[in-house]
Amino acid sequence: MPSASAAPPAALRCTGLVKRYGPVVAVDGLDLEVRAGECFGLLGPNGAGKTTTIEILEGLLQPDAGEVEVLGARWADGAGRLRERLGIQLQETRLEEKLTVEETLGLFHAFYRHARPVGDVLRVVGLDAKRTSRVGRLSGGQRQRLAVGCALVGRPELLFLDEPTTGLDPQSRRQLWALLEDFLRDGGTVLLTTHYMEEAETLCHRVAVVDAGRVIALGTPAELVSLLGGDHVIEFALIEPTVTPPDERLRALAGVTGVRRENGAVLLATSAPHLAVPALLAALEPAGARLARLTTHSATLEDVFMALTGRHLRDG
Amino acid sequence: MAEAWAARSALWQLTLARVREYLREPEALFWAFAFPAILTLGLGIAFRSPGRVPVRVGVEDGPGAGAIVAALEPRAGFTVERLAAGAIETALRDGRVDMVVRPGTPPAYRYDPTRAQSRLARLAVDDALERAAGREDRWTPVEQAAEVPGSRYIDWLVPGLLGLNVMSTGLWSIGFAIVETRNRKLLKRLVATPMRRRDYLAAQILARLAFLVPEAVVFLGFARLAFGVGNQGSYLACGALLFLGGISFAGLGLLIASRARTIEAVSGLLNVVMLPLWLLSGVFFPTSQFPAAMQPIIKVIPLTAFNDALRAVMLDGRSLSALPLEMGILVVWGLVSFGLALQLFRWQ
Repeated sequence: MPSASAAPPAALRCTGLVKRYGPVVAVDGLDLEVRAGECFGLLGPNGAGKTTTIEILEGLLQPDAGEVEVLGARWADGAGRLRERLGIQLQETRLEEKLTVEETLGLFHAFYRHARPVGDVLRVVGLDAKRTSRVGRLSGGQRQRLAVGCALVGRPELLFLDEPTTGLDPQSRRQLWALLEDFLRDGGTVLLTTHYMEEAETLCHRVAVVDAGRVIALGTPAELVSLLGGDHVIEFALIEPTVTPPDERLRALAGVTGVRRENGAVLLATSAPHLAVPALLAALEPAGARLARLTTHSATLEDVFMALTGRHLRDG
Repeated sequence: MAEAWAARSALWQLTLARVREYLREPEALFWAFAFPAILTLGLGIAFRSPGRVPVRVGVEDGPGAGAIVAALEPRAGFTVERLAAGAIETALRDGRVDMVVRPGTPPAYRYDPTRAQSRLARLAVDDALERAAGREDRWTPVEQAAEVPGSRYIDWLVPGLLGLNVMSTGLWSIGFAIVETRNRKLLKRLVATPMRRRDYLAAQILARLAFLVPEAVVFLGFARLAFGVGNQGSYLACGALLFLGGISFAGLGLLIASRARTIEAVSGLLNVVMLPLWLLSGVFFPTSQFPAAMQPIIKVIPLTAFNDALRAVMLDGRSLSALPLEMGILVVWGLVSFGLALQLFRWQ
């Protein structure tokens, strides 16, 4: 993972981005900087403005305000040359179902001056065996890899992916991640949107948490988790929730660094669960509280999002 | 050099993709090939040359009716029916008889003078009755039956149907394909590549032209086999006209589909555009039946120009050099539509 001090040149930069749809503000003064060679994730629930943001950066939407610079160029200065250097996968595109995999890649191949041979791309995205299959007969995962293949065929320096694994089964998702890791290893830059925290944690060097059209947190996944005050979460619920001790008492427990409540359960952030769990049990006993549930897990970006917004990533 | 090659290859690949999609769509192929043949068959049967139609005469019951029937019945070309006085009006109104004779001296003829068939019946009946009454003919003329090639209705209809078919397939197939691609967000995906937009639109036209030749060959072959409709002019001239018409209507199709977001919207637009063309462009009946004031408008409609040019070649054997106006109208429609479509086109 690149450290912040190395400061490689920016592959993409935007400042003060605003986009309104009538009275709805989809993007509300958003700033981003993606460094060359990193995988940058926009993480947020549906409707957070991720797609609008990425489509502005891709030059497909005009922002109402703000500056965009992609690979050192502006969209207004001529899109043609810039498009040669970008690979784009859109969330909603359905490729023509009557064409075969090979024909589809051949079509996109024809648009780029320094395109990669179709055979190469087929191998990279693992669709060699499906080259003569019609797109309409592909599984969801294969379609998605074909969409990424179409984005890779022009040898892009910067790859935009809008929710590349939404709706895929875990195996298809991991296949796609592996192929993106290869792209990153070869020096490519990736900007992706996702509402899967696991995807952001696995792939992304840095993550911007987006909510209501703004960046509400930015950093490496580890830095974001540390915002919680601990990298573990203890979650418990009582049979009679009314006897739960107040937040101040829980926060005072040994090793506990944060408290929040959700749907009758209590979540404690801690970096020392071996201290916090005994302390919790000791505190509950005199109150006569009986546990309905007690679990611990490593803190995730989902917890970070919850802590920042009080909502789940998938709530939308 | 490399740039020029890449550009050509993008246009080629886009055209190829469209041709493949179309070939893999059985319904579209049916409409393009079978529909015009069925339409021609239906119209050809309905409007076939009628041969000799007999004159249908009603004779009112009464004294002397028998003599009139006896005078008309043995002669070729008459069918005679005796009618009670109360049945006369109904028989005339329903067109069961062309005229009614009331016996007497002189006889009375009852018929509708605005109907050509009735006027013909009146002349034939009068001639026959006068002869029966003893008129002497001054001469017996020499009669020669003649049939001029290309003079039948079906000969006139086929070029019009060909024009109509080139227009319909051009507008429908391009309109639907564009809206479908727009709905799939595929247009948006394509403009996210370095693809040149005019290449995309031009490829739609080229793909349409690729299908024109087999469509026209199948249609004209059918018209020739089923009805003996020939071509008095050159097939090369015919092909060149099809090419121009194809470009013109494909361009119009692009323009109509340039903004529409749904199949319903584009269908409505296509119908609004095509209905006046069907009616005004002399597909089924000559445009000369419209008032003089409308003629300038009718002349600049692309389908009128196309039909007129096709008929000039196929029926009159004219060469293309005799048709600069019609060809010019087609080219202008094609270019203007394409240019406007490129400006107005909604890619997202």
